[in-house]
Amino acid sequence: MTTTLPTSPALVPAQTRSRFLGSIYAGNSRAVLGRGLLATRTSNYWIVLSGFFEPVLYLLSLGIGLGSLIGTVTTATGQHVPYAAYIAPALLAVSAMNGAIYDSTWNVFFKMNYGKLYEGMLATSIGPFDVALGEIAFALLRGLLYAIGFMIVMQFFGLNLAWTALLALPAVVLIAFGFASLGMAITSYMKTFQQMDWINFVMLPMFIFSATFYPITVYPPAMQYIIEALPLWHGVELIRGLTTGDLSWGLLWHVLYFAAMITVGLIFTTKRLRALFLA
Amino acid sequence: MTTINPVPELVEGRSPGEKSRRWGSFYVAEHRLYAMRAYLQTLLVTGFGNPLLYLFGLGVGLARLVNVPVGGATYLEFVAPALLAASAVTVAGEEFSYPVLMGFKWNPIFFGMNAAPLSGLQIVNGMIISVFVRMFPTVGVYYAFMLIFGAVPRVTGVLDILVATLVGMSVGVMIMAYTATITEDHGQMAIIQRFILMPMFLFSGTFFPITNLPIYLQWIGWISPLWHGTQLGRVLSYGLAEPGWLTLVHVVYLIALAATGWILAARHFTKRLNS
Amino acid sequence: MPEAVITASLLTKKYKDFAAVDGISFEVAPGESFGLLGPNGAGKSTTMRMVGAVSTRTSGDLTILGLDPDLHGPEIRAQLGVVPQADNLDQELRVRDNLIVYGRYFGIPRRQVAKRADELLEFAQLSDRAKSRVDDLSGGMKRRLTIARALVNDPRILLLDEPTTGLDPQARHILWDRLFRLKEQGTTLVLTTHYMDEAEQLCDRLVVVDKGKIMAEGSPAALIKQYSTREVVEVRFGSEKNAKVAKLIKGIGDRIEVLPDRILIYSDNGEAELSEIIKRGLNPITSLVRRSSLEDVFLRLTGRSLIE
Repeated sequence: MTTTLPTSPALVPAQTRSRFLGSIYAGNSRAVLGRGLLATRTSNYWIVLSGFFEPVLYLLSLGIGLGSLIGTVTTATGQHVPYAAYIAPALLAVSAMNGAIYDSTWNVFFKMNYGKLYEGMLATSIGPFDVALGEIAFALLRGLLYAIGFMIVMQFFGLNLAWTALLALPAVVLIAFGFASLGMAITSYMKTFQQMDWINFVMLPMFIFSATFYPITVYPPAMQYIIEALPLWHGVELIRGLTTGDLSWGLLWHVLYFAAMITVGLIFTTKRLRALFLA
Repeated sequence: MTTINPVPELVEGRSPGEKSRRWGSFYVAEHRLYAMRAYLQTLLVTGFGNPLLYLFGLGVGLARLVNVPVGGATYLEFVAPALLAASAVTVAGEEFSYPVLMGFKWNPIFFGMNAAPLSGLQIVNGMIISVFVRMFPTVGVYYAFMLIFGAVPRVTGVLDILVATLVGMSVGVMIMAYTATITEDHGQMAIIQRFILMPMFLFSGTFFPITNLPIYLQWIGWISPLWHGTQLGRVLSYGLAEPGWLTLVHVVYLIALAATGWILAARHFTKRLNS
Repeated sequence: MPEAVITASLLTKKYKDFAAVDGISFEVAPGESFGLLGPNGAGKSTTMRMVGAVSTRTSGDLTILGLDPDLHGPEIRAQLGVVPQADNLDQELRVRDNLIVYGRYFGIPRRQVAKRADELLEFAQLSDRAKSRVDDLSGGMKRRLTIARALVNDPRILLLDEPTTGLDPQARHILWDRLFRLKEQGTTLVLTTHYMDEAEQLCDRLVVVDKGKIMAEGSPAALIKQYSTREVVEVRFGSEKNAKVAKLIKGIGDRIEVLPDRILIYSDNGEAELSEIIKRGLNPITSLVRRSSLEDVFLRLTGRSLIE
């Protein structure tokens, strides 16, 4: 039995750090991502799989069952598509949103306040920004895998109407990044479970109203403007444009919307993490 | 001087534990209702918000795409009883899952209750009473919204409130019976939510008659208490045409399920508490 | 004396108007084992968080390894090992993976950290539990794993916040043994505790803290010598009688403390004082003569018991 511990003087490498994010970023979010990957090994595989099944079940139920009542739908640009091909891209966008929001809100909230996981991480040389980026990267990686699975199902049912459907994959990552960074910023302000419920109060209406199940033209104009201001509608329209091959320069607006969302989310996250963990 | 005074009620004239034997279930229900107060705000927002969202978003919105009558009714009339029953199942899914797991595991209050002279059956009954106190008004509010939206053509539709509550309870006691057996938390609650409750919502003829599905998906409806409750609700609210024996099957199935779940839950609670 | 690894002067931390740490000053020399002794809420953990470079100070000066923690947090934390009061192990990872992942946070290359993890498991006597789930470990094992984790970066200073609180006596002794070995190897230890025996076992020098202020400083033996007598007699007469009896035993010993449940008589010869009490016709329900401890020092300094 060894009872003394060898000491190795150069165990911790010299730090190279960003000039701007000095005290909160050590350029080591890889370690946090690595931790996430390792942790999935001990998680319940059924739960991991359920993230993939959820949109597939919606597609089976609504695409087939409801589709038989509805037939075809006219998209925002006047294209007629089968109902299943209409909702499939929406379900993909919703699943990107749900995954990203869950990972950046409930998951982060729990680790922050109950698991004390971040407390342990932040006692090391990494900073809160490494934690934020690492957690987001992990969420995006998982979201991408689910999206690939769903795209395969769509292909199987013949719901990818154009080659541009492939571009839906990077679009999913973009959308998820937007929701994750904003979700994390919001979570950093939350103190109780009751406050966390408000996230659901926003998510559910967005899910139901954002041209997910039918075109928003059924609503009065005022309500349409509100929906168009919310992120999920942009996500749904972006992915629907790509999978149905209904391309236009307008799609770039959606991309821009999410780029702005990511920027705002990260700025607020950074600000809050500094206040929360280095006070 | 700090001494503890005896409580007169506890010493005079009564046999020990008599009150607990008689009123124990209500003490448990009271405890749970105190716990629910912590998320009262959420209950109110979802209690009034959900019917509005679902009836308007899915009922009215989808009705614009579904122009043909479904099962002899307008689309909104068709969907409303189903959404009503689903709302009761949602309440059951929340109140009979985590709170039960919590009571046995993370914050083992059930063992504390059992150390006080309360039996497993009383705890089960107390849980049921407390959930009823939440579920019944939730369903009632939902029904009021259905009336406002003009989704209930017949007066007998008011019985849908009872039907929906019965559906919620039958699903709930089954969840409670299962949850009482969980000793290691491996995310079973999430599994129930995603592999039982969610598919039940999607394949129980909520948004379209289950006959519109391929036969290999229809069986989900046949065994689903939500489908039986939904069909029964439709019979009452707009007179869905179905054979009389089938309506009877709906009633019997739901009552049988609730009774079985109740007995199993009581048995599992007693066993767990005395092990 | 070599240059101090920690220097605090007039260190203060305020939460709104409440001063959790109220102008304390101390130094810790390299290789020294330094303790903060005090009751719950004395400001020990807040001090530890500031020393751990995860909490900014309100005023005063603090230098850790020659750096200011408010400006160089990550550089300082790279050279510290932290054992928090409540274990915050990663429940989702196996025992060995906890060490590896933690090492990666410091940027230690994968191969090196794997080797280090095995050494640490050996040191913490957890080699046979490498693949266990954290949940399945006993309290003492979790604590040892937390300490092993804190050592993964070969820290220059190890910070331990209440290292053995909540452990059974056997687990405490195993832990003390491990910490003592680290001390022998020259690791600087800074620990907080409200256990006197722990402070006496592990600390070369300590400060007694109460209400955010330092009440006394010195080695355990020196503090006992300065603030207490060699021996103490503890007598109990029952909860209602202690106060009455206290009047009757006046003059016995150097000093008398009347606590709600017992009376303490300080003296250099406990047995003699006890027989004097009995000679006066007073029959205590229980009596005990023991050596003075830091508990008595604390009582003398604050008029309060350390564990309330």
